[in-house]
This record gives sequence, structure tokens and C-alpha cells, in this order.
Amino acid sequence: MLTSRLNRLSPYMFMAPAAVIMAIALIYPLGYMIWGSFRDWDPSQTIGEAEFVGLKNYITLWGDPNFHESLGVTLRFAFICVIVEMIIGVGLALLLDRDIRGMSLLRTMFILPMMIAPVVVGLMWRYMYHPTVGTFNRTLEWLGLPDVDWLGQHALMSVIIADIWQWTPFIFILSLAALQSLPRSALEAARIDGATAWQQILYIKLPLMMPVLIVTALLRLIDAFKVLEVILVLTEGGPGLSTEILALRISRTATEFRELGVAAAMSNYLLILLMLLTVAMIGFTKWQEARAAKLRMANEEDS
Amino acid sequence: MPQIRLERMVKRYGAVEVLHGIDLEMQDNEFTVLVGPSGCGKSTTLRMIAGLEDVSSGEIYVDGKPVKHLEPKDRDLAMVFQDYALYPHMNVAQNISFALRLQKRPKSEIDAKVRDVAGMVGLTDFLGRKPGALSGGQRQRVAMARALAKDSGIFLFDEPLSNLDAKLRGQMRAELALMSQRVEKNMIYVTHDQIEAMTLADRIVVMHGGYIQQQGTPEELFKRPVNKFVAGFLGMPPMNFLDGRIEDKGGALFVTGDGFSLRLSPEKAAIARMAQNPDVILGIRPSDLSYAPEAAPETALTLKVMVSEYIGAQSVLMCQCGGQSVTVEMNSETPMALGETLQFEANAARIHLFDKTSEQAI
Repeated sequence: MLTSRLNRLSPYMFMAPAAVIMAIALIYPLGYMIWGSFRDWDPSQTIGEAEFVGLKNYITLWGDPNFHESLGVTLRFAFICVIVEMIIGVGLALLLDRDIRGMSLLRTMFILPMMIAPVVVGLMWRYMYHPTVGTFNRTLEWLGLPDVDWLGQHALMSVIIADIWQWTPFIFILSLAALQSLPRSALEAARIDGATAWQQILYIKLPLMMPVLIVTALLRLIDAFKVLEVILVLTEGGPGLSTEILALRISRTATEFRELGVAAAMSNYLLILLMLLTVAMIGFTKWQEARAAKLRMANEEDS
Repeated sequence: MPQIRLERMVKRYGAVEVLHGIDLEMQDNEFTVLVGPSGCGKSTTLRMIAGLEDVSSGEIYVDGKPVKHLEPKDRDLAMVFQDYALYPHMNVAQNISFALRLQKRPKSEIDAKVRDVAGMVGLTDFLGRKPGALSGGQRQRVAMARALAKDSGIFLFDEPLSNLDAKLRGQMRAELALMSQRVEKNMIYVTHDQIEAMTLADRIVVMHGGYIQQQGTPEELFKRPVNKFVAGFLGMPPMNFLDGRIEDKGGALFVTGDGFSLRLSPEKAAIARMAQNPDVILGIRPSDLSYAPEAAPETALTLKVMVSEYIGAQSVLMCQCGGQSVTVEMNSETPMALGETLQFEANAARIHLFDKTSEQAI
């Protein structure tokens, strides 16, 4: 009697440590944040002492032009990065999906940027972007071209370039894997049917890679909304608010402006945005599974 | 329809040569079957004709024009693949019309063509389906229809039936035979299945080890194989081979081996006399042995029946002749007990002799 009960409990016992850690590290802070977002909360107070203000923080943010600016920067940053990364990553994969001597070395080199810690990436690019001693401007000078004020006038473009450099490899390796798992014979059939290399890409390869590409793009988008370190090191959000993405603004609101409640509300806005993306991603995979199941059903009815 | 000629065609992968100078000519409107065990080079030959593999040396001529350097799309051919190779994201109609749409043919013409070939292979009701929602046989039909729609002169098949179950394979084989009579094309068909080769081919090309062993009509190859490999490869159950020696007994020639001594017919004897090596392999098909208790000993084999495989009207007997095994195909009605030793008469006209060392027919 007792042993059978213990047996039934054993899965839960094994899961318990993970559940406890989840509760402490994720659910407790999340609850704390939601709770805090309804209060006018200064870091010197405990949460109990803070005054309850209802939805005031959310409403303030809704009308705050700086928050709008920051949200706009975040959206611009995320979408431009992901679109450019997708184009370059998929393009590279299409180019490098062949047997050339030294290709494995080349592929390894391509994915190196992804392995470097973000802070190091930030520092590296900050040196390269330096107005006088940076690699870029010295190269431009050597070529006899005018200097570019990378982190000043073109700050957003500069951080976007750094992000593209770091994350294109991610899309590259996933696209390459997708490409290499395509049915070889379908591509051969397309060659016999008269498709040129370009038509093969357009009509066969890209449509067949699409499910992987959509999930990859959504994953990257979710990631791009949360980026912090590289921009923090490169520009600290400046000049002005030109590169102040949401993650950075949240951290500054909490530490510099000492408005924990507002920072928490802002985090929740970001969370809602990310949740929408995640739901879209899960919805897409569910839809695909459902379609596959429907196809199987139709198949079985026939046979 | 174009005539295809392969001239000293060689395929090398690095240092390994897998095809050793293939010479082959395929006539107008001919159904040629390349057949052989896996790794014999038959698929490579087909893929080289298609342009999917490079030719290491030699040349391919279509209607007298060299085509080795041409892309597959410029060779006027259509191909059916073993795994169908359908485009999974397109429906049946789009699959069939892909080549025509690339050629930018007018829409009305494409629609008419799709309806036409879909009707031919019985797919009219499935034009809107994606390949994932079709059964194996239907997918194979789509592949066939797609190749037909292209209107090219050369039709290549790479083991098109091997992914189907036995019943469907038989049905599709019959449909293919019917189709090959209706459409006038030069067809080249690769298979490892000798039954497909025998039933479909105008001409069979037997390949082994990167060489062509023999080519000819199915009947020629079945009746007059040039070597032991071809003899053993065609025919089911396969031909029996027994080690023996040619001996002269009072003017008549005999093949004598462990547990048997058969007298050769005068025609066979005349040929056998010219053989330099008296050591031979006797070849006899299971269907050329018949149960004959009263036959003269010099025309028959004495066999011990070990196993009987009942397959309906016919039974296949696994027997022992001395230390060698022999299979016999016979009517199931004949009463037979396992372990018995019985006499089977060999059809003297259908005995094959092969040189023991070169394995060439004598």
C-alpha cells in the first residue's frame, strides 16, 4: 500500500527540485514585479511601504513620449536586425551549401561571432567604431574617404551592424541545416524539369525551408527585443535617446530615476509583447502539426 | 524520337573507377532496361545520361550530337525517381505543370496538358491534393504524369516501383507496360528486379561490376546467357549450378560430377569438344528438371528432397545432389515426401555449360 503510493509519488519527487527552483527564480520575481508595477515604489522603501496606485504607472507610460521613443527604437532595432540577418544568413547558407575544399573550416569561422560573449562584442565594436583610432575610420582615412561619426550621428545603424555581425551566423547555421535536409531528389527533379539555379531557390528551396525560417525569425525577434549588453557597452543608449532600447530604459528607470514601479510596468509591457510573439510561434507550430495530421487523416481515408 | 548512344563512358569517384567504358546504343522507341545487383553501376549510368552525374570520360550522343556538357534541362528528357521526388509544397496539378510553367507556356495549354496526363494515369480527382495526402501508388502516378507532361523524347526511370508493396508493384508494372506501348518515347529503365526487366523490356542490358555483361531481348538472355552471372541473375528461382567435368565415354560426351553423370546432346557435345578446359559448371534451370522415375540414368539427376516450398500451383523443391544443392520447380499435385531420393530428368536441349575458370558460356 505504502510502496505503491511512494511509487506513484516518485515522478513528483524527481521534479520537485526543478519546480522549487522555478518558483524561486521565476515565478516569485515575476509575481513581485507585477505586484510592484501597481505601486509608487522607491528603492529605499520595502514593497509593503510603497503606496498602491492602481494602473497609474501603466497609464503614465502610455502617454510618455520617452517611452514611445524607446519602444520605437526597440521595434526599429529588432525588425531591421532580423530582416537583414535573415537575408544575409539565408543568402550565405544558399551560397555555401556545396562541397568546396575548406568549406568546413569556413563554416566554423562563420559561426565564431555567435560564440563571443555579448559584452566582449560590445567592447570590440566600440574600439572599432572609435572616431579617431578605430579600425573603420582609419581604414576610411587610408582610402582617402571622410570619417563617419559611427556612435554619434549614426548610433542606431552602428549598433544594428554590430548585432547583425553577431547574430547572422545563428540564422546561417539553422538555414544551412534546413537546406541540407531538403529532399535531394526533388531538387534533381527540378533540374530535369528545367529550373535554373535561381528558379530552384525561388520555387523549391525557399518554400521548403519556410517553416524553419519562420521559427528562426521569431526566435531571433524575441531575442532582439531583449538585447541589452552590446548596446549598453557601445552607446549606453545615447546619444540622446537614439539607441535607448526598452531593456536599457527599464534598467535606467530603476537605477537612475529610482522609479521601481514604473520600471516594473515597463517590463510588463515588454513581457506582453514577447508573449504575443511566443504565442504566435507556438500557434504556428501547432497549425503546422494540425495540418500534417489532417493530411495523414485524408491519406488514411483513401487507402 | 531520339537515338541515344554511349561511347566508352567511364565514371570515376576519385581514384575508384565504377564504370569501365560503357558502350551502348538505344534505338528509337525502344524500352531498354538496365538491370543488375546493387552497386553494378546501372543507376550511375542512368544519372549520367540524365546529366545529374558528370561523365569522367567518354561521350553521350543523342541523335548524333554530344550532350555530355549539357545541363539536364537541355537534354530533352524526363525522369521518374525511386522516391518519386515530388515537390511537397505543390499540389498534384502544380507538380505536373511545373516544367511547363517554367517554360512559360500559355495557361490554357498547361491546363489542357495537366487534364490530359492526369486522365491518363487516373489522377483527375486528386489534382488539388498535396503529395503528403496521397498514397504511395498515387504519388508514383504523379511522378509519372509529371514526366509525361514534359513531352520530351527520352524517358528515364530510376527504380520507380521499388518503394511500392508487392501487389501494387505488379499492378503498376502492368500499367507501365501499357503506357510504354501508347507513348512513343525512348525509355530507359533501371531496376534490380529481374521480373520487371523481363516483363517490360524490349531490350535488357545486364550489368555487373561496372561492365555490361550482356544485352539483348529478354528471350535471348534467358535462353542463351553468355556467362554464369547472366544465367544466374535472370530467372526465378535462379538457375542451378553444378561443378562437373567433361568426359568421353565410348564416343559420347558426359558431364560428370559429384552424384551425377549426364550425357550431352549431339549439338552440345560438338561445341563441348572444342572447349579447352574439361572442368565446367553445369547450369540447369529449376523448370527444366521434371520428375521422371523411369528415365534413363544418363539423362537424369538423382536428388534427395530436403525442403518443399509450396507456392500454389507450383512447388519449389530444395534438393541435394551429392554435396551440392539443386532446386526443382514442379507441379504441386505430384505426390512427394521429404527425405525421399528421386529421379528428375534434365531437358538436354536446355542444359548450359560454363567454363569453370572464366565462367563464360561454352
